[in-house]
Amino acid sequence: MAKTVVLQRKPLSLSERTYLPQIVTGLKTTFSNMFKEKVTLQYPEEKPNIPKNYRGVPTLVKDPNGREKCVSCQLCEFVCPPKAIRITPGSVPEDEVDREHVEKATQEFEINMLRCIYCGYCQEVCPEEAIFLQDEYSSSGYTREEMINNKEKLYELGGTLPDQHYKWDKKKVAEGEGNAH
Amino acid sequence: MSTNGKASMVTINLDGNEVEVPAGINLVEAAGIHGTEVPHYCYHPKLSVAGNCRMCLVEMGTPMRDRATGEAVLDENGVQKIGWVPKPVIGCGTNVSPGMHVKTKSSMVTDSREGIMEFLLVNHPLDCPICDQAGECRLQEFATDYGRGYSRYVERKNVKPKRTKLGPRVTLDDERCILCSRCIRFCQEVVDDDVLGFVDRGSFSTLTCFPGKELSNNYSLNTVDLCPVGALTSTDFRFKMRVWFLKESPSICAESSAGSNILVSSREGVIHRITPRRNDNVNDSWMTDSGRELYKQVNSKNRLLGASVSGESVHLAEAISAATDLLQGKNVGIVGSCRSSVEEQYLLNKLAKNIKAKKFLRGHFGDDDGILLSADRTPNLRGNLVTGFSSKYPSDQLTQLSQALGKKQIEALIVMGEDLSDSDINLDELKVPVVFLGTQQNATSEFSQVVIPMLTSFEKSGSFINRNFRLQSFKQAIPGPAGLLPDLHVLASLINGLCDDAEQSSDLATIWKQMSKSPTNPLNGIVYSHIPDDGIQLNGAKWDSLSFVEKNALHFSPVKQTLKA
Repeated sequence: MAKTVVLQRKPLSLSERTYLPQIVTGLKTTFSNMFKEKVTLQYPEEKPNIPKNYRGVPTLVKDPNGREKCVSCQLCEFVCPPKAIRITPGSVPEDEVDREHVEKATQEFEINMLRCIYCGYCQEVCPEEAIFLQDEYSSSGYTREEMINNKEKLYELGGTLPDQHYKWDKKKVAEGEGNAH
Repeated sequence: MSTNGKASMVTINLDGNEVEVPAGINLVEAAGIHGTEVPHYCYHPKLSVAGNCRMCLVEMGTPMRDRATGEAVLDENGVQKIGWVPKPVIGCGTNVSPGMHVKTKSSMVTDSREGIMEFLLVNHPLDCPICDQAGECRLQEFATDYGRGYSRYVERKNVKPKRTKLGPRVTLDDERCILCSRCIRFCQEVVDDDVLGFVDRGSFSTLTCFPGKELSNNYSLNTVDLCPVGALTSTDFRFKMRVWFLKESPSICAESSAGSNILVSSREGVIHRITPRRNDNVNDSWMTDSGRELYKQVNSKNRLLGASVSGESVHLAEAISAATDLLQGKNVGIVGSCRSSVEEQYLLNKLAKNIKAKKFLRGHFGDDDGILLSADRTPNLRGNLVTGFSSKYPSDQLTQLSQALGKKQIEALIVMGEDLSDSDINLDELKVPVVFLGTQQNATSEFSQVVIPMLTSFEKSGSFINRNFRLQSFKQAIPGPAGLLPDLHVLASLINGLCDDAEQSSDLATIWKQMSKSPTNPLNGIVYSHIPDDGIQLNGAKWDSLSFVEKNALHFSPVKQTLKA
């Protein structure tokens, strides 16, 4: 068995008995922090800075010409692990001037935010660069129905993103420049 | 090809292995038998060989013989030399011959395929995200399997019309067409309705209808199935659902007694399309356009979705007990149906036997198109003969029933889906209570005291016997409407309710055990779960004397003509 040794506590010195040096040291830390820059964020009045690669609420985007980019290929619906996405495909009328050459678009597009796990597969799989997980991170509602984002809401959340391809414009140019048959 | 009814075999050397294949077949088929895929677009086993896509290029050589003497040319080891054709040959247009050597994996073949794929993709729009064919597209599959994997083409692609209406049901996307000509050959060879052709040259080539004609025959949608790419699309199915979501269930077309084999594609209990399933004894790879529309009856407006007694909707069990109360102790007449499955007809016959009911049957007839729409517009008329529900060939009227009603021999009626009002029965003068079992509302169902809803052939399992006396089973593709029970269950409960000592099971396998017991019945010894995908040919010689209405058609010739011949 280990031998128990009782240590004798040293008697406190005079300055220690007054507690003053300790209080001064503590206040020094307090006062030095009062003049430093604040790190606390006053959420929800203040919003945090969202890094560029943040995966927020999935949204649908339009191209700078105001066209819906989604062509309803349903790959996101297929890849979605929690099956949060539900698409009803539809076709674009032939005589619609703004959307020449675009044949297919969504009739309805629903993302159930109670199911979504923010994995970003939908953004990764999208061949038309139409769905993005942007910086919106807070989604809440009072009912389950409110938590299902429909097409209108998704485009409202998504807004317009810059486009590198202008796929449909290129097609129109090709048609105009003699490749038409 | 065959001398004594059996195909003779030849030995060929396929990629270094000696294999036996039936004589006379081409290299695409021969390689396919031995598990080697030779990619092809224009070749289709049921159409003539066109040889224009060039995708099935393989290397081929035959054993060398001296031209002057005809003697085998040997190499230094004493083995006959192989004279390789210096350039690749098309597999679809080359038939096997004894000792033929074939290379399907050599670098020349790989290079050829890459080259062909590159040319096919030069003007292909690559709009797979919106293309309905994506997921079952040969171009997509072969591009990943045999393509180069990247494009060297930097010029602008052609822009062609994207939604040309070729007919009421077919829409053409010109950009996607690879000019394989399958659709053209199908219209010429199978339907004998020559309306399609290519016009213009080079990259301007376009599939089009001849002036003043349109692709409107009743087989036009087969061109959509045939199309190896997404050029021909079904106007009905266009942009409705991606094919990778669809669950395919084997079934039988209920349109006519041809009994085409079909695949029912559904997602989450909703049918999106019907496509033919290959059966070389019945429908090859085709089916009618009108048969593809049948799925619409599942959600049609006049579908019966709930049971009712005297016009008030009730629970199904209450309707069944109301029906037994109504029929108990009465002289019952049963109007059977040529649209019921064999099992239902068997149970209905059993019910008739047990309660000593009179049996009546009517057929539904139309014009015979000589292919897959037969004059008998019901899928299972012969089932009534085989199960014993009827021994006579039904007419399109119910004359005997109206006579029996006139003589007051019948006090209650069970009607299986038939509408009596379009036969020679006048519903206004019908004084007996009616129990109606069916899928759709009609004048008779509105007249009936008890209405029991039934399931369509997509919502149940069973079997039909087609015009060739071929027994073919179909499997449930989608669940039935909520609250409905399988038809067999309803019929079994009617039997059990009306007969004191009956203990009829509603289980398909048990019913088949009962049906296949009798040694004189053509169904003898058949187990339902063992019916092969392409059906079983029954012996229908017993009914040869009946005057069946069907005419000569694809894989069918009427008995009387064959007897005369």
